[in-house]
Amino acid sequence: MTATATKPASDAVRSKPSAGPDRSAGRRRSSTIIVTSLLVVVALYFLIPVYWVFVASTKSTADLFSTNGFWFAPTFSLWENIGRVVSYDNGIFGRWFLNSAIYAGVGALLATYFAAAGGYALAKYEFRGRNLVFGTILGGVLVPGTATALPLFLLFSQMGLANTYWSVLLPSLVSPFGLFLCRIYAQATVDTSLIEAARIDGAGELRIFHTIGLKVLTPALVTVFLFQLVGIWNNYFLPLVMLSDSELYPITLGLNNWLSQVDRLPEFYELTTGGVLLSIIPLSIAMIVLQRFWRGGLTEGAVK
Amino acid sequence: MTTTRTAPTVQRPATASLSGKQNKQAGKRNGAAARAPWVLLAPFLALFVLTFLLPIVVAIMSSFTKVTRSGLFGEAGVSSEFAGFSNYAQALSDGSFVASIGRMLLFGVVQVPVMIVLCTALALMLESASAKWPGFFRAAYFLPYGVPGVIATILWSFLYVPGLSPLFDVAKVVGLTPDFLGANSVLWSIANIVTWSYTGYNMLIIVAQLKAIPVELYEAAKVDGASTWRVARSIQLPLIRPALMLTTVFSIIGTLQLFAEAQVVKTVAPAIDSQYTPNLSAYTTAFAYNDYNVAAAQSVIIAVAAFALSFAFLALTNRKSS
Repeated sequence: MTATATKPASDAVRSKPSAGPDRSAGRRRSSTIIVTSLLVVVALYFLIPVYWVFVASTKSTADLFSTNGFWFAPTFSLWENIGRVVSYDNGIFGRWFLNSAIYAGVGALLATYFAAAGGYALAKYEFRGRNLVFGTILGGVLVPGTATALPLFLLFSQMGLANTYWSVLLPSLVSPFGLFLCRIYAQATVDTSLIEAARIDGAGELRIFHTIGLKVLTPALVTVFLFQLVGIWNNYFLPLVMLSDSELYPITLGLNNWLSQVDRLPEFYELTTGGVLLSIIPLSIAMIVLQRFWRGGLTEGAVK
Repeated sequence: MTTTRTAPTVQRPATASLSGKQNKQAGKRNGAAARAPWVLLAPFLALFVLTFLLPIVVAIMSSFTKVTRSGLFGEAGVSSEFAGFSNYAQALSDGSFVASIGRMLLFGVVQVPVMIVLCTALALMLESASAKWPGFFRAAYFLPYGVPGVIATILWSFLYVPGLSPLFDVAKVVGLTPDFLGANSVLWSIANIVTWSYTGYNMLIIVAQLKAIPVELYEAAKVDGASTWRVARSIQLPLIRPALMLTTVFSIIGTLQLFAEAQVVKTVAPAIDSQYTPNLSAYTTAFAYNDYNVAAAQSVIIAVAAFALSFAFLALTNRKSS
């Protein structure tokens, strides 16, 4: 209860205070215990697999099958395992990691910029064909990525783009949902009179977008960037269809490649669990740290 | 929303250079300002056309095309001709493909409601004052969303393998001998992976909408002496309806697109064949049988089914509410 009692002070700073404190008045201790223990049980469900992979990657292959899966084996071989993951096949794991980082980082950054420019244009200019353009893009929000991946492969193979970095990067640069969000946000927040003032001062249209537009849109841009980053990082179908050269694989494809070999070589269990552990660390940290940024943007998408 | 739509370009003083033609045609509109939205839109539109519109056109066109290879190995040339609906007929007469759609419907009928109820309950509990450490729980539930579907599936598939997984030790204590990868149970093992991955994400969307409910409503309810249940049923649930619809529609679309989970579990579960889900079926048709035209027809069928189901759901819920 003390924790919730201190909340109003910090919440008052925000524009939309959480409704929590207002309902806390008549709450009894028993309901706190029941609700919190339910939440703990569900948290166990979400966290135990992650805990298991950590425990598993501290074991040797023999211990992995002979000792209790939820507790550490007498010999702690985490660093050995990680060393093997990193050094296997001339450090191919590092290569996959870097590829994922390039696809997700570059893709999300450019996709956010393009979505911002497009969303801003659709929100702040009146021009012929605007509704047609917006309607078409909105339809794109509903088209799932896996539906376009196969025909995109046919298209890219004819253009000679299949099995290159571009084949994964180019589709990652488009975020119809991001544009949709940016348009809503630009309509609500970018002040038309500010744009007018900048025009009277003689600023060019593109300069106005880069100085005023991008600045005002920043909160929405963070959300779009995160969505796209996670989307590309998690993507599997597109790279699977596009890439045949394992040097170009992102981490998802690479680890699945290792998993498919466990039947023949049990040592791949160790490589795969170690690789899984290494691959979930960066994005898990990002999820927890950046969690508060997701909130604001998600509401924009959900409410309107 | 309409107020912001007032055209900024119209009010703009025509100071910059005006070309005569445009001046006549568009009045005060100035060339640079008229070009600006298109310049801003250009990179997005170019990529959108390349990676969305063209593939859709290609898919539809190739789904109506029949490619015939002459000669024993197609060495005497390839000819393509309009095939009408024959590719669709072939796709729909393939029992395994139709069965995979049915399987995903069954999957969706069970998994989507379970997940939506779970994430709504979690969101309501987290936003109630009874929850301690809501920040920690929110982060814990959201964490799986940062684990790629393939990685999550690898993780869980290890937990499904007897001998490797501690879950079997736990089950033995209770006197159970589960078979996570059997022909009947593997579908629900996959459903568990999907639920694990996406519940936190959907919960966050609902939490966001709960936070947008005006405080005055809660105060009014409190004055009226409404119980927690009453507040949840009469205020919170009706007001988070848009978020619930959004998450349900995205879950329906996602269910029909299921691919990575089934394909990865396939490596440890012999019960999964190469046509277990519609997308896996299309992938197999394209890359194992090299029949891109039937694969394109299958892709179109999957997309249309997803659209139809989403619209059916929206129509149903709209009719209920009015």
